[in-house]
Amino acid sequence: MASGMQEKQYTPSLLSFFIYNPTFGPREGEEEKKILFYHPSEVEKNEKIRNVGLCEAIVQFTRTFCPTKPAKSLHTQKNRQFFFEPEDNFWIVMVPWFETQCIEKPNKDGKPPTIEYQEEEILDTVYGAVVRQCYSMYKLFNGTFGRAMEAGGVELLTQKLEKFFYRYLQTLHLQSCDLLDVFGGISFFPLDKMTYLKIQSFVNKVEESLSLIKYTAFLYNDQLIWSGLEQDDMRILYKYLTTSLFPRHSEPELAGRDSPLRPEVAGNLLHYGRFLTGPTNLKDPEAKFRFPKIFVSTGDGYEELHLIVYKAMSAAACFMISASVELTREFCEQLDGLVGPQLTLLASDICEQFTINRRISGPEKEPQFKFIYFNHMNLAEKSTIHMRKTASVCLTSVHPDLMKILGDINCDFARVDEDEEIIVKAMTDYWVVGKKSDQRELYVILNQKNANLIEVNEEVKRLCATQFNNIFFLD
Amino acid sequence: MSEEHYLELCENPVQFEHASSVNNVFFDEANKQVFAVRSGGATGVVVKGPDDKSSVAFRMDDKGEVKCIKFSIGNKILAVQRTSKSVVFPDKRSLKLLKSQSINVNWYQYCPETAVILLSTTVQGNILQPFAFRSGTMSKMSKFEIELPVVPKPAKLSLSERDIAMATIYGQLHVMYLKHHSRTANSTSAEVVLYHLPREGACKKSHVLKLNTTGKFALNIVDNLVVVHHQSSQTSLIFDIKLKEPDCAVNTHQPVLPARSIHPYRIPLSGPAVVPSQPPVPCQLYSSSWSVFQPDIIISASEGYLWYLQVKLPPTVNLLQDKGKLMDFLLRRRDCKMVILSVCSQSTRGVLPVVATVFDKLNQVYKEYLEAEQSYTVAMESGPSRGSAAQKRPVRTQAVIDQSDMYTHVLSSFTERKGVSHKFIIAVLMEYIRSLNQFQITVQHYLYELVIKTLVQHNLFYMLHQFLQYHVLSDSKPLACLLLSLESTYPPAHQLSLDMLKRLSTANDEIVEVLLSKQQVLGALRFIRSVGGHDNVSARKFLDAARQTGDQMLFYTVFRSFQQRNQRLRGSPGFNPGEHCEEHVVHFKQLFGEQALMKPSTV
Repeated sequence: MASGMQEKQYTPSLLSFFIYNPTFGPREGEEEKKILFYHPSEVEKNEKIRNVGLCEAIVQFTRTFCPTKPAKSLHTQKNRQFFFEPEDNFWIVMVPWFETQCIEKPNKDGKPPTIEYQEEEILDTVYGAVVRQCYSMYKLFNGTFGRAMEAGGVELLTQKLEKFFYRYLQTLHLQSCDLLDVFGGISFFPLDKMTYLKIQSFVNKVEESLSLIKYTAFLYNDQLIWSGLEQDDMRILYKYLTTSLFPRHSEPELAGRDSPLRPEVAGNLLHYGRFLTGPTNLKDPEAKFRFPKIFVSTGDGYEELHLIVYKAMSAAACFMISASVELTREFCEQLDGLVGPQLTLLASDICEQFTINRRISGPEKEPQFKFIYFNHMNLAEKSTIHMRKTASVCLTSVHPDLMKILGDINCDFARVDEDEEIIVKAMTDYWVVGKKSDQRELYVILNQKNANLIEVNEEVKRLCATQFNNIFFLD
Repeated sequence: MSEEHYLELCENPVQFEHASSVNNVFFDEANKQVFAVRSGGATGVVVKGPDDKSSVAFRMDDKGEVKCIKFSIGNKILAVQRTSKSVVFPDKRSLKLLKSQSINVNWYQYCPETAVILLSTTVQGNILQPFAFRSGTMSKMSKFEIELPVVPKPAKLSLSERDIAMATIYGQLHVMYLKHHSRTANSTSAEVVLYHLPREGACKKSHVLKLNTTGKFALNIVDNLVVVHHQSSQTSLIFDIKLKEPDCAVNTHQPVLPARSIHPYRIPLSGPAVVPSQPPVPCQLYSSSWSVFQPDIIISASEGYLWYLQVKLPPTVNLLQDKGKLMDFLLRRRDCKMVILSVCSQSTRGVLPVVATVFDKLNQVYKEYLEAEQSYTVAMESGPSRGSAAQKRPVRTQAVIDQSDMYTHVLSSFTERKGVSHKFIIAVLMEYIRSLNQFQITVQHYLYELVIKTLVQHNLFYMLHQFLQYHVLSDSKPLACLLLSLESTYPPAHQLSLDMLKRLSTANDEIVEVLLSKQQVLGALRFIRSVGGHDNVSARKFLDAARQTGDQMLFYTVFRSFQQRNQRLRGSPGFNPGEHCEEHVVHFKQLFGEQALMKPSTV
């Protein structure tokens, strides 16, 4: 018997990723000079040149149709290519390989199996956002391409690209990319006013006594509470913290949490503060006081900063200090002594308040719905669909087909400025509702196969009234 | 140095003819009157009181040396004592013995303010027996013992009346005992021991004031502070029994401030003999001819002056480095408001933790007043309480510094101050808001406006956004309107403002206005329907907005929607004349024709 139809456990992966600048090798025979970075590096030189040349040609060709909006992606039978020009003449191209979308059909006549590519299952918006994210992440740690060019020419730029993307691409998990990557939002920690003011007061006092600190960000449970950075910088820093730095340090934080703290005890204060960047142990005489450097925007350019991430229990504070200052052991000890006890106390305060609020609001306020909410104004995102987001996997509790519908609705929303509402009955008996009001988007998945359109509409209204009663959401 | 003198003599002393061989001077503590008796009264008795009204001058026959002379309250009866066993009342009246007690008494002290007399009994004199007079009765209070530094053997009178004084401090009667140092008792310096003498119950030793020196002392009470004058050093100390000393045992107090002399005083030369060019003569302070009376009186009989002692608060600000302690001290003083506000202003030049402490101290007092005021209001509303005395309206002391005081005198000028980083300005404003919130005091919206103004001035919109996101700036219509006005410079302010209006739930009209102004006519219509206000809105307003968009289909939809409403409410689709929609009806007919109008239904 012929082998039956076979659907393997396929996942999308990265076929290739390259960065080029067509102005670097305009003459024939110099094409290789255009290529600044190419993954996988073992690909034969001529193939690299061919692929880059093809992209260049497509971009040039499509430009004739719309000079202001160059091509963003190329759909072919086998794959898709995503183009992004982050800086003048610098192009990033990503080619994902979507194995899930190939269904091998056994051939009865003994001929080799034909492969069917279901490339329309892929969402341009999602992977377009992934490419932009790659650039933003590079820029966060290295500054712009142009900056490297100014400092050390092509040589330095290629070095930097190699160093950064070699590791970064390994952490790209294309299989778990979805609508949330399009939003690139920030999850905010819900907090009462008084505790929030206490955190404000803490941040202000620390910035005053350690005047080297230029900006501070405060997170709890991997959710943002306060950002001294501007929104766009915070967005990418938040991405780095929550998908890379925090997961790497997720060893049990809870050790010792049950023992009562006595911060009022004079002398050696008990605290759980520690550095997530920089020295792992302050007492170590060999300890190095080097911190990762990041680039954030200022009014008219960029500034380079040391990134100190300091954590006590579930509370994390990021302190940013001008990179021109050299950080010493004394400074780190001072910071540890000042911030450690206060942050520990704050962390337990927040935890306590959060538990109290939980109890007050009660379980009935806990969402029974699966939804994704995003506000373009403050980048606030909230999802009850994603159970857990770590460096490697992003678990969603719904079928990829439904996620695809959400993505489609999002594309529709992006096309018009007006407020809209879209209700879809999915093949799997689920109802999917998308709402757009002003700058906010809400996607709800309802598992009520017998419900009619009116009932679904009522259900979503009810959700808005309970979950979003404190914002202006047009019905 | 002069700005360091925190005690001063009052500017307008009571002046009288100074004591001399022909002029005897007496002081009556009860009426606070000075009697100048010339030649035994034959050439005149001049009585000067605390104010001009209570001054009297008269003559009386010289019947020998006057030992003591006093008026009854209201200057009705004059009593003159010339011998140790007789008192003469110039007006003939009969006296009646009401009550008598038989006790061996060494000496007595009387406190007119509380009408309590204190008798020194026993051989050593240190068992004190107080009596209280009230509405014609005399009641014995429980006696108590003053602990002597050394018990003399054989027993002899060891407690002098000069070392005992009575005064009311923070509304409670206290007996003050000046305990001199004694070599034998191993005490290195003198102290003042306070005994709290309650109306009922036992008298208890309550506070010990450490003088850290020895010598001759005199006591005054000014503004609930115990003032201890030290003659040999010509300085005075002040103690506040409510100030807690962290490093001392309970109820043991150190001076609040370093010892300073009373502010130098110059006697103005007055009377007809005065020569204009002659400068005032400096007055000798801490003179041995001074007599000190409770609570705050200093008399110089040789110069003919009676002064009230006063506390000057401004110099204390620089003498007390611990700003928390300074605030505790100032908040209990009578004329403290402007000084406290100046401390606040000054602290905004300091560091945040100090600013926070100052604000917290301030708001603690503010909160207590607000609570008292509220419980008074509640009590008044629920009617006069049965049995118990009616609740008194709480007195607003100067120590109650409210948000408008802070705004006017401290914060608004602080935010304008040059050379201060905006980071610090915002931190201070947020610290004040934090403190108010901590004491659950409702923050006035002008403080939020100040925060917003400062943030906008420095383009810190994202910060503002975050504050609003966490409702740190509480919702109000004025704030929502302020946000709306920011929309042109910061577009997200529009969303923030609408959210706020929505949460207020009393601002549906405003939301409709905002949406209409954005030409979101359908949105406005859907919103007003969702909140059940559709029946009452002005159709004209919506039709105006719909027509302005130039979108004919929109106009059609809105028009028909209101026709349907009219039909439902009044049984006819037509508009009432009062709705002023005639021009829109004409416009509708022009666009879509007469037949497109909704016809009255014939149900």
